[in-house]
Amino acid sequence: MKFWTGAAIVLIAGVGLPLLPVNEYFFYAGYMVLSYVVLATAWNILGGYAGYVNFGTPAFFGIGAYSAVVLFKWLQAPLAVQILGAALMAGLLGFGVGLLTLRLRGIFFAIATVAVIFIMETLMVNWRYVGGATGLQILRPTVELFDTYTRMLFAVMAVLAVGSVAVARYIQVSWVGRGLRALRDSEEAAECSGVPTLKLKLFACTVSGALMGAAGAPMPMYLSFIEPVSTFNLSYTIGALGSAIIGGMVHWAGPIIGALLLGTLQQVVTVTISSEINVLVVGVLLVVFVVAAPEGILGLIRKWTRSSSR
Amino acid sequence: MFSLDLLFEAVLFGVLLGCFYAAVSIGLSVSLGLLDVPHVAHPAIMVMGSYFTWILSSKAGWDPLAAGVVLMLPFFVLGVALYRFYYEVFEKRGSDAGVRGLAFFFGLAFIIEVGLIFAFGVDQRSVEAAYIGKSFSVGEYRIPMRMVVAFVVALVLTFALTLYLSKTFTGRAIKAVAQDLLALRLMGANPVRIKQWAFGIATGVSALAGAMLIIISPVEPAIDRLYIGRTFCVVVLAGLGSMTGTLAAGLVLGIVESIVLMMFGASWAPAVAFGLLLAVLGIRPQGLFGR
Amino acid sequence: MNFRTLLAAVLAAFSFAAVAQQPIKIGMSMPQTGTLAGGGQAALVALRMWVEDVNAKGGMLGRKVEFIAYDDQTNPANVPGIYTKLLEVDKVDLLIAPYGTVPTAAIMPMVKQRGLLLMGNFSFQVNRTVQHDMWFNNSPWNNAASWFDGYISTGQKLGAKTIAFLAADQEFAQNLANGARELAKAAGLKTVYDQNYPPTTTDFSSLIRAIRAANADLVFVASYPNDSVAIIRSVNEIGIGSNVKMFGGGMVGLQFTPNMVNLGSLLNGVVNYNTYVPGMNYPGIEDYFKRYAVKAADAKVDPLGYYITPYNYAIGQMLEQAITATKSLDHKRLADYLRKNEMKTIVGPIRFGPDGEWANPRVVQAQFRGVVDKNTEQWTKPGRQVVISPDSVKTGEIVAPFEKARK
Repeated sequence: MKFWTGAAIVLIAGVGLPLLPVNEYFFYAGYMVLSYVVLATAWNILGGYAGYVNFGTPAFFGIGAYSAVVLFKWLQAPLAVQILGAALMAGLLGFGVGLLTLRLRGIFFAIATVAVIFIMETLMVNWRYVGGATGLQILRPTVELFDTYTRMLFAVMAVLAVGSVAVARYIQVSWVGRGLRALRDSEEAAECSGVPTLKLKLFACTVSGALMGAAGAPMPMYLSFIEPVSTFNLSYTIGALGSAIIGGMVHWAGPIIGALLLGTLQQVVTVTISSEINVLVVGVLLVVFVVAAPEGILGLIRKWTRSSSR
Repeated sequence: MFSLDLLFEAVLFGVLLGCFYAAVSIGLSVSLGLLDVPHVAHPAIMVMGSYFTWILSSKAGWDPLAAGVVLMLPFFVLGVALYRFYYEVFEKRGSDAGVRGLAFFFGLAFIIEVGLIFAFGVDQRSVEAAYIGKSFSVGEYRIPMRMVVAFVVALVLTFALTLYLSKTFTGRAIKAVAQDLLALRLMGANPVRIKQWAFGIATGVSALAGAMLIIISPVEPAIDRLYIGRTFCVVVLAGLGSMTGTLAAGLVLGIVESIVLMMFGASWAPAVAFGLLLAVLGIRPQGLFGR
Repeated sequence: MNFRTLLAAVLAAFSFAAVAQQPIKIGMSMPQTGTLAGGGQAALVALRMWVEDVNAKGGMLGRKVEFIAYDDQTNPANVPGIYTKLLEVDKVDLLIAPYGTVPTAAIMPMVKQRGLLLMGNFSFQVNRTVQHDMWFNNSPWNNAASWFDGYISTGQKLGAKTIAFLAADQEFAQNLANGARELAKAAGLKTVYDQNYPPTTTDFSSLIRAIRAANADLVFVASYPNDSVAIIRSVNEIGIGSNVKMFGGGMVGLQFTPNMVNLGSLLNGVVNYNTYVPGMNYPGIEDYFKRYAVKAADAKVDPLGYYITPYNYAIGQMLEQAITATKSLDHKRLADYLRKNEMKTIVGPIRFGPDGEWANPRVVQAQFRGVVDKNTEQWTKPGRQVVISPDSVKTGEIVAPFEKARK
């Protein structure tokens, strides 16, 4: 019950804030932070719960973005349809990737996911309909209810964030989560105990991919412009992966904490210093946490509460 | 659509390019293939080598190849230190190290890339030398001299490393550490020191590879991302741990890429290495000569 | 007058004075790194020069000008974020577009949908799809014909029948190449080779080989600085074939002085577009270049600044004239003024057509001849770039075929 109350509060804030006279840039930057919440949560389903490190976040994010572009250009589809279509395509891609990498583990799985990114990018580069390497200019449709389109996107992304966290939480507490944890600890032992490891892995890949695709769908509208190199940028990997690891990988709250922290830090740094340094910040924090605090912030909190209760 | 002439030139260019890819991947063959280190930062370190070569070449007037050779020593030291750190923090600790080790090297790759952007900007850098810009005329064909230089250096490097690994004591110990850790310990050799040494060699070789990279084409900090595909493709196609396999795999990649470039255009070239990598991983993950 | 009215009047006077003290903020992103950096850094020097000049005269509307420029790294993905920041955080009054078609393309939808005036900066046909009516592009060309007619007519006089196209897959090169393709077809030329390459391509050997095998009479290239330099080097390395009569046309970057000096004799024979070569006379331009050279030396950028810098100074001049004449910063009124009037600038009189481009283009095609290596001085005098088109400013005849002109 506590979760759903919290979720409702976040939803109301997420949709209500854009209706208030707050500075526009807050929503412009906030949209990016919220999209990282979705990306990190989605990443964690496969990376944290199942232990499969997916470097390919940009591939799913990018396919989501380009699916939205196609739906908009071809059918003038409304945003909700774009998001659904994007989730579908990215989910399919996730399923395909899972199938292809069924027997791969560790670094081989990770590198295979990197390969998927570049192959998707090359496909988009060669597809003139979505602009090819030149890119596509996009004129936003008129916005209802909110003052500007950006505010509406902020509200939409807030809804997506709550939705993806709900999905991750459900997976974590259900038998799926238990199976994934068994898979992470020892794939052989899990198989021997009758856990349907391959099916679970496919499921995690598909859901993870679909959520990432949903996060990518509003991106073309957000920028009014889309082109392949920045859409399939490896920075999305380090953002998603970093947020989850820094926040904590075992619990659905970890990616939220990590993404909010990291995302906000990145946006502040971009506005005040430069945009390169925000990638450096993520990289350094990631390395520091991976070396010194592998359980992430959640792990640190747990240690402190345990030591203070003595 | 294309003539036999063009095809021949493409294959020729592919052979030269392929040897270069082999040289660039051989460090990874050692670190990933023999030592099982998930070294995603290998191309980033190589690009770092390119930039140091650029500094020595453009500011101090050194020949880029000479600079590359000289850089091998400091990079060797860097490699030893890096492996030591990786071992102490990750390898010792076991199970979850897989995710963390990967994340660590990925983070490291980004830090290096952004560091290069801070130090040098995003602009392309290239070097000048007597052999850059000229070409050999062989009948109707013009072969760029810089490709031949890279080709020769790559061959020498590959053969030298193969000989080292099979003929010297340390070299054989390195191969042994990949195959049977316990037996090696029983024979009195310290596996950690051997692995350190091997990783150092792999990193030193990357410095020279970096010099060759900037000789062949201008570099910019983000170029390491493309080379993740090429180096891992070569190493996986070769089969983990095979040095001669690396040369063969490099040639395959070079020729395939060159032919795809000729037939389908430059916009498909980046996908070749990654596509080949996926195909190998999906169909025959142990590669051509794998153990 | 009762107390309240007096108070209101006093407050109004104070706030007016307060506003009057606030500077007029002009903002833009400029490619200071990345492939267009050579031109971008130089253009920035010119713009800052204009800001200094205007402030020395007391500013505009009694207010000083504050100029804000960020680096977009010639990466269109960075541009929407930068302009959003300029508008929402820095709260600028006026916008100038980044130098170049590729960075500018990314914000055309944004400025149209927000109804903002945008001063274009050496872009090519970037308003074609969005059709914004408050767009004024300061560059001496309008459509592909302004660029390409001279190239084609000279080629046909040499008896050319076939043409090869090589274009980068980005907004500028594609706009130009698409226009050029139509004109070539209309002129009766047969296309024997037509390839686009991704903007990140660094090795052109296979493309040059393929062009050589296609045996074209004319080779038209639309490229950005990094590629232009690499293509020239590649052509010199492996050769383009003895058949080719003319090579070049739309290669950006061969007008930046550092590239010209570094490539040196490798440029000989290439026919390429330009906006200014020494010898062309616009009143006041000599003084401008003298002043620019001093500032450029300080900033360590393009020392001559022929290609783009005077046009950036002119953007400032046009804004100044529009603001002073309409006595306002309202974008609609400024746009109206810019649309209806001819303005005097250091690159001559400028008048805009209905699509926001120059009504009267002034692009030249010139052939590099007799260039020697590592010499900046040679570029300050006429002769190294022989203007072959248009006839009104022609300084010499073209030397063909291309291989012969390279000697």
